[in-house]
Amino acid sequence: MTRSELIERLAARFSQLPPKDVEIAVKMILQAMSETLVANGRIEIRGFGSFTLTYRPPRMGRNPKTGLPVPVPGKYVPHFKAGKELRERVDRHKEPEPAAVC
Amino acid sequence: MTAQLTKAELADILFERIGFSKREAKELVDAFFVEIEAALERGETVKLSGFGNFELRDKPQRPGRNPKTGEEVPIPPRRVVTFHASQKLKHAVEQLTHGEEVR
Repeated sequence: MTRSELIERLAARFSQLPPKDVEIAVKMILQAMSETLVANGRIEIRGFGSFTLTYRPPRMGRNPKTGLPVPVPGKYVPHFKAGKELRERVDRHKEPEPAAVC
Repeated sequence: MTAQLTKAELADILFERIGFSKREAKELVDAFFVEIEAALERGETVKLSGFGNFELRDKPQRPGRNPKTGEEVPIPPRRVVTFHASQKLKHAVEQLTHGEEVR
């Protein structure tokens, strides 16, 4: 499923809304998610999962052409951890567990 | 921007900036994630250009151990979701300096 297919599916669900508004909404959701990560914030979507940044410390790498060592600076990379519900739903090998009683 | 973004904040953004009703905003945010979950459940890759891709990986069975008893227990084969950030997003977060506080 692509971003435009997602917009189409949502537009079909929300037929009372102008399709253009649905498109803008998807754009804004993704933009807010990106901005949160760029500000080193955390995204927590219950059942779906969470996004955080993880830090990769600086290390010595190698230029693959010359074989010479080059320093690779430390950097942040986005990380996604699927939530329990999503993990269970995609795992076709597993039968869904009965809902936990809290 | 808050340090933690949740569905409630996303709904507030749609309410404030597009003028959706509170109810429409909440329902749209819910549906956004429901549709992504449903596609993944069907075994489809989800590609959100500019943000990243959600992919599925089938992991084979591998030997594991019960950490309490030390007993060998096989870890059954499973399908897992992985996320690969877009070049654009990767690039944007790489600019952050380590230890930088939330802006």
